Amino acid sequence: MEAFAALIDALIYTRSRNEKLRLIAEYLRATPDPDRGYALAALTDGLDFKAVKSSTIRNLLKERVDPVLWSLSRDFVGDTAETASFLWPEPVGAVAQPPTVGEAVDALSGMTRANAMVELPRLLDRLDSAGRYAFFKLATGGMRVGVSSRLAKVAFAQAFDVSVDDVEEYWHALEPPYGQLFAWGADGEDPPDTANMPLFKPFMLAHPLEETVVDLADFAAEWKWDGIRVQLVHVAGETRVYSRSGDDISATFPEMVTALDFPAVLDGELLVRGNVQGGDANDLTQGGAASFNALQQRLGRKTVSKKMLAESPAFVRLYDVLSADGEDLRSLPWQQRRQRLEQLLPRLPDTHFDLSKVVEAEDFEQLAQIREGTRDDAIEGLMLKRRDSPYVAGRKTGLWYKWKRDPLLIDCVLMYAQRGSGKRSSFYSDYTFGCWDGDPDQGAELLPVGKAYSGFTDAELKKLDKIVRQNTLNRFGPVREVERTLVFEVAFDSVHSSKRHKSGLAMRFPRIHRIRWDKPVHEADRLETLRALIRD
Amino acid sequence: MAAPFSWIRPEPHGVHVVPADAWIDPSKAVDRALVTHGHADHARGGHGQTVATPETLAIMELRYNTRDGATPVEYGETIRLKGGVDATYIPAGHVLGSAQILLEHAGERVVITGDYKRRADPTCPPFQVTPCDIFITEATFGLPLFSHPPIADEMAKLLDRLEAHPDRCVLVGAYALGKAQRVIAELRAAGHSQPIYLHGAMEKMCRLYEEFGVDLGELRLVADHEKDDMRGSIIISPPSALNDRWSRRLPDPITAMASGWMRVRQRARQRNVELPLVISDHADWEELTRTIQEVDPHETWITHGREEALLRWHQLHQRRARALAMVGYEDEDD
Repeated sequence: MEAFAALIDALIYTRSRNEKLRLIAEYLRATPDPDRGYALAALTDGLDFKAVKSSTIRNLLKERVDPVLWSLSRDFVGDTAETASFLWPEPVGAVAQPPTVGEAVDALSGMTRANAMVELPRLLDRLDSAGRYAFFKLATGGMRVGVSSRLAKVAFAQAFDVSVDDVEEYWHALEPPYGQLFAWGADGEDPPDTANMPLFKPFMLAHPLEETVVDLADFAAEWKWDGIRVQLVHVAGETRVYSRSGDDISATFPEMVTALDFPAVLDGELLVRGNVQGGDANDLTQGGAASFNALQQRLGRKTVSKKMLAESPAFVRLYDVLSADGEDLRSLPWQQRRQRLEQLLPRLPDTHFDLSKVVEAEDFEQLAQIREGTRDDAIEGLMLKRRDSPYVAGRKTGLWYKWKRDPLLIDCVLMYAQRGSGKRSSFYSDYTFGCWDGDPDQGAELLPVGKAYSGFTDAELKKLDKIVRQNTLNRFGPVREVERTLVFEVAFDSVHSSKRHKSGLAMRFPRIHRIRWDKPVHEADRLETLRALIRD
Repeated sequence: MAAPFSWIRPEPHGVHVVPADAWIDPSKAVDRALVTHGHADHARGGHGQTVATPETLAIMELRYNTRDGATPVEYGETIRLKGGVDATYIPAGHVLGSAQILLEHAGERVVITGDYKRRADPTCPPFQVTPCDIFITEATFGLPLFSHPPIADEMAKLLDRLEAHPDRCVLVGAYALGKAQRVIAELRAAGHSQPIYLHGAMEKMCRLYEEFGVDLGELRLVADHEKDDMRGSIIISPPSALNDRWSRRLPDPITAMASGWMRVRQRARQRNVELPLVISDHADWEELTRTIQEVDPHETWITHGREEALLRWHQLHQRRARALAMVGYEDEDD
């Protein structure tokens, strides 16, 4: 555990990507199995221990430390695991050897909620403060060391001089501690046999278009649907549905599992049927899908009721095909894959699949006009794909672009601010803002309509933090009520009705677009303006 | 007879010693100021009379370019103020010249610590426990999570990193008064005899420490040297210069910072610190609570810092305490 704790701390303080890669690669080479495999799983959020949650740590500490002192310390640090690592009473007398990562993982896997309160202290008493921190992070997930799962895989590839695409592919065939992956990478043994496994293939992703202008002779345009990107894999009689991050979500969408019955890997957008979205009059869009709000009701469920299946049936709007009838198509140009996809369509039930149309335009300017004119809420914007692009994992420059619809904007008034966590633990960085429920000059009130914590620069954050501290009306734990002095121009993707909020609506992806230092608060927008934008 | 301790009154801008018409560490200009130490948040300029140790007065002169009204008091010396108030200056162990002030009046004893620590520091004499009725303490690191490690461990971390990167330099952000000189003196004690390079803003204070007999070894100014001269060296700058354009003249610096706040990982990250050195000139939680137990006052007053937690500790230990909510004392860089 000492080497793992040292790695975690070194990663926290290292800014450079190359240095992070070097640190992880060095650890992977120097550390024996199964520790290195579990460490890799921890870095990529691949471990989950049911018995130990943040609340377990809190309860454990509150048995040993005064609850008031605990809360004050937790507020200051902004991180439960770190606070607990500091406040855990140092054991008195002789201390046993610290546990290895493998030993800690075994112990954590075997714990129940009932015995965790007894088992955890035995391990904690063998660790120093840095070791306790690493252990808590291992136990509860969310390392927050600035390492994405992609970076960890690149580090593995670097450590053992193997291809990162291979690492991605084998990764999903294996479980922590990835013994076979290390046997292949470190010891040159055969890679895991993935031919007969319904494995996730890493998605091809897009860069934002921003200022780039592309030639439509080289690029095809497609709608970017507002659902969730999924991959359907059918191998050896078994079908799986994978989310963008590679999570198996088959159980959440059982109707899709039965809908694909021949060997194939398909890439598309999972949507829920709805008749609200009809597509616009000249049929530029396809319609038939409900907004993201309706899809959201079905996400994150481990089981799904018959009623829900009947009321909100899912379907997949297909973008691409990665393999069909056992043939890997990923190296083919997009154009040819598109043809193969069109040929496959008759074999797929039209109740559960359709094809995402290619958007035809004379030139880029016309495409820009089409994008501007889109009013279908199931559409997030456009995708631009190089006609000759192979299907490659991750974001490769110049192949695929996403071109999102412009966001909606509204002027809101800052009402509450909350301290952030992690790097922002000393800053008031999460802002709740509101709109007027009538004419502010006639005594209307502000009602909260949303919360945002992004869209501003570090320099603006400092300034906002200062304003919050200087204009505090009330304190509620980590939240401050702020005098109504500041207007935010808030950008958001869409707004929906919601019973959960007093204002009766909920915004999707709200973020601070601009800080309107100049605008008086009574000129901020009214709720009616926002209500007029609701699409359910 | 007046009510007990009515002669000493905490006000938002300092502690007022009423019969002497004097203020302790006032944050605005007054006729008579008793100053505990030279940090700018305690030692402001423009007072009619300033009573402080010779070291503190020298520091203030360096800062404000005047000795007007300077009244020196040596450690252990008692000075009689107006209205029958005696003031004795006692070492606080914080920085060069730092003192606690013991005030005695009508048989009542009050100690004001200013800022203090209990660890050994080669640049100033150690804190002395002084029994009193009211103990007025700071609480900068008044949370149980603050536990400053032995300074030798932090020096070893710094020297190990330096040795591992002979082509680079380690840039240490350290408060210009006190922290910088303590870090240098501790490096010398750890056997580091190479020249240490200084940001220009550090020079005068280091020279002043030397005049008062603190040996800092060979010091050089960054401005006088080429990039290549500084490879493999330690460079000390004020924390504000760490991510400043100034640091571009240095050979691929590893950014370190010497501060008690470095204990919290995300605090170090916020400042882009790659090598956090947990070194503070303030008492940590254990030192604060031990000191209160040793001084064993009737009542503790807390001037600034994390006073809520220290108040809670008093409650848990059946001790009397109050927070003074003083303005203007905060030490983000310490």
